[in-house]
Amino acid sequence: MFLLSGILIIVVGFSIGLNPLLVVAVAGLATGIAGGLHPLDVIALFGKSFVDSRYIAIVWLVLPVIGLLERSGLRERAQYLISRIAAASAGRILLLYLALRQITAALGLLTLGGHAQMVRPLIAPMAEAAAETRLGALPPRVGNMIRAYAAATDNTGAFFGEDVFLAVGSILLIKGFLQQNGVDAEPWRLALWAIPTALLAFVIHGTRLLLLDRRLKREMAR
Amino acid sequence: MIRLEYVYILGGLMFAAFAVMNALDRTHTKWWRNTLFWGAYAVTFLFGSYLPNVVNGVLVIIMVLIAGFGGIGRGAERTTSLAERQASARHFGNLLFVPALTIAGVAVFGTVVLKYVQIGGVPLFEPKQITLVSLGLATVVALIVGYVMLRPPALAPIEEGRRLIDQVGWAAVLPQMLAALGAVFAAAGVGKVIATLVAAYIPIDVPLAVVAAYTIGMALFTVIMGNAFAAFPVMTAGIGLPLIVHHLGGNAIVMSAIGMLSGFCGTLMTPMAANFNIVPAALLELPDRYAVIKVQVPTAILMLIGNTALMYFFVFR
Repeated sequence: MFLLSGILIIVVGFSIGLNPLLVVAVAGLATGIAGGLHPLDVIALFGKSFVDSRYIAIVWLVLPVIGLLERSGLRERAQYLISRIAAASAGRILLLYLALRQITAALGLLTLGGHAQMVRPLIAPMAEAAAETRLGALPPRVGNMIRAYAAATDNTGAFFGEDVFLAVGSILLIKGFLQQNGVDAEPWRLALWAIPTALLAFVIHGTRLLLLDRRLKREMAR
Repeated sequence: MIRLEYVYILGGLMFAAFAVMNALDRTHTKWWRNTLFWGAYAVTFLFGSYLPNVVNGVLVIIMVLIAGFGGIGRGAERTTSLAERQASARHFGNLLFVPALTIAGVAVFGTVVLKYVQIGGVPLFEPKQITLVSLGLATVVALIVGYVMLRPPALAPIEEGRRLIDQVGWAAVLPQMLAALGAVFAAAGVGKVIATLVAAYIPIDVPLAVVAAYTIGMALFTVIMGNAFAAFPVMTAGIGLPLIVHHLGGNAIVMSAIGMLSGFCGTLMTPMAANFNIVPAALLELPDRYAVIKVQVPTAILMLIGNTALMYFFVFR
């Protein structure tokens, strides 16, 4: 049961607001030592898996380009374009993005979206601009809510779209695991069974996005 | 062949440049902390593949100690004013979208087309890493397009990149820290303990209870690990295969496909999936670190119920 001490450290550390990097390092050390590893071995294991997972950080390479475009007025231009479309609203823009994100992810084009390259420079400013055109200047509280919805929409679309694509990591992981356990799983059958959930995700999150416009109106009245 | 390692070197050079910018910025009270933090991070990119594991581990610990005690800071932002940006937006118009779309275009082109390009029988890109290598290439091409079109001051992209990474701060490194924690959890056998705990309390002859234990177990374990990939083998070996497939005669493929997606519901709800949930909150400058998670929780819970129902109806057919 001492093995679960790391989980306890994470929960307590995160909820009292300590720096997450510190909390994670302490939780790792505690778990490793409880599992019978030497502290130096835990540090080595940390170093190895940190370096092995550098691929997660490749997305930061877009920052110089995105920053360059921001200083040249990319967000302002996106906002201007949206403000001229009368039918645009925050909820509808995000609904359209949800559909596009799910469809492109299902075709294996995950890199088309993402928080650094799409949400921050384009999607969030467009949704905020649409709301501003309809409701007037947004207090920070309302603007922040729209941004959080924009990020949530990117995640939801990606997660419940990507598994419809045959060659995505999770499908290959499932196939490998089942094979080890004597079940032969063809990837297309796994991908097929991801479709009902994908449709359900569009209905559930899409409905919430359509309700967002009403919620924003209420928030503005507060 | 263009390998993933080259992209890491590019990333290392970028973070090294951020470190140098901080060192030269004397308006910055925490300049040496930022320099050390991003400098250590740059070393893991440039030399991480060749250094002993324990040295990489020490670099990680250095970053943790800087972030945990005193933290890193933000320098003065040398960027354009709102009026300048609006004037620039009018001047360049829709051309501004070209570099942004170049990123997406080249990344997709690389993944779909350049995958098959070979020179003298050797693939141009490392085949297994095609998506990541394409993304790296796409950022370089987009940067060149941006330079040619916008003619910014030479150091502007680095200045702006530093401005953005300063807004993200330590959260930029958290996803890799959590991946490392996942490895420690796996090495210490945390998953088996949890699967045993869950399995001990399930009424194994009630199909709905078993299915719900598996889907909710996937989500919960993903909340803890921050990654459905880590939860899947543990929960499927502990509950899925023995109880749903072997004991109750369910279909392994339906179970696995929907089981993984139940794990994704957990991903939407946990700060441990930092690159999806904590990093965007920082990137969008939200004051509440958990704002994105809070928006996602209703979707995640409804999806988890939906996944449980879908599995219950289809897995035993």
